Amino acid sequence: MTTTDLHRLTGAYALHALSDEEREEFELHCAGCEACAQESAELSATAARLGLAASTRARPAMREQVLRRITTVRQEAPSGVAPPSSVRTRGRARLLPRWALAACLAAAAALGATTVWQHQRAETATEQARQAEQTTDRIAAVLAAPDARARTAKLSGGATGTVVVSASRNRAVLVVSAMARPPHGRVYQLWFDDGGAMRSAGLMDPGRSDQAVLLRGAVGAASGVGITVEPDGGSQQPTSAPLALWEFPA
Amino acid sequence: MKEAVYIGRNPSAEPDLQELLARVALGDEQAFASVYDTVVSSVLGVVRAVLRDEAQSEEVAQEVLVEVWRTAPRFRSDRGTAINWILTLAHRRAVDRVRSAEAAAARDHKAALLDRTPEYDHVTEQVEARLEREQVRRCLRTLTEIQRQAVTLAYYRGLTYPQVADALKLPLGTVKTRLRDGLIRLRDCLGVTA
Repeated sequence: MTTTDLHRLTGAYALHALSDEEREEFELHCAGCEACAQESAELSATAARLGLAASTRARPAMREQVLRRITTVRQEAPSGVAPPSSVRTRGRARLLPRWALAACLAAAAALGATTVWQHQRAETATEQARQAEQTTDRIAAVLAAPDARARTAKLSGGATGTVVVSASRNRAVLVVSAMARPPHGRVYQLWFDDGGAMRSAGLMDPGRSDQAVLLRGAVGAASGVGITVEPDGGSQQPTSAPLALWEFPA
Repeated sequence: MKEAVYIGRNPSAEPDLQELLARVALGDEQAFASVYDTVVSSVLGVVRAVLRDEAQSEEVAQEVLVEVWRTAPRFRSDRGTAINWILTLAHRRAVDRVRSAEAAAARDHKAALLDRTPEYDHVTEQVEARLEREQVRRCLRTLTEIQRQAVTLAYYRGLTYPQVADALKLPLGTVKTRLRDGLIRLRDCLGVTA
């Protein structure tokens, strides 16, 4: 595309009517073309007026929803540093970056958060909703804690699990994705590792392949988290070898 | 039609919004609530104009507002006003959603598309929104028919310019030019300075 052609794209650019490739090419061009940049800014502002003219009333309930959502979303740094493209921490502990937290939160929100499953047998839908909401908030609080640290492990069958632990909150959250259903009559049970002694941290919802689970009980002196397959209802002590173990980051 | 008549929220509300956004950038949730109150109807309006579907529009509008919170620290007031930044983001996200769901068959039919253009009738009690709408409508009338159709299809329907060309049976180059000179005429009529 010639420069003249590119310059003619200011209108289409301001209206978001370019393909991704063309947009990138145009932005590159604008970086070195003061006139283009100026015209684009003006035409974008003009387009915004078209938007302003379309104002419409929002449902009042939306306000509360959005205001609640933002309490769990970390803000970006002003510097504009692009986030790296991979979330994996595999084997190496580090502070969970904010964009990863945001991703976790988005996942938790989209997938629906659960505490350990058996605690969610609420009588009424309202009570269920209330509990789910509380759980989401508690999960969010762990994920958003300034000292949240994460470890990711691969499970069999392409599943992954990330444990996020916050010392200040004294709680831990497990986020799993693509997890196979447990065999019939079995459940996944979570454990805190208290220096070799396994303490139950609750059961996972067997019906979900993706979930964010708030582990039951305080982290305390636990050095890690494990997951096993147990008979329905769970066990007092693990009866099978762990599918995965996460050692808490120091 | 060169006079710059500012009605409604332009630009008197703007310094406030700018200032609020600066506080939001520092994590001020109270300030965000005020930003929300100031922009929500516009954000939802933009998104709904493009998406039509109520539920989807609200979902995307919420995402946009959360993105405003998340990326507020990156807002640069020297690159444009806060409301432009927010509405540009809203339009972009709405268009993204349209394109990701682009199987929609209705899009190749010009009559159907034009029929569904700006949703000016949507009831809103806000006087300033109505005034803004009147002004935009008045200025849209100063465009040639082709300019107006091209700009409206691109903005309110989220079409790419090749799609606009297709819908209006015009050469690509013509559409590019019409989008640009149409917007320039609108800019001058509305007295937009960026």
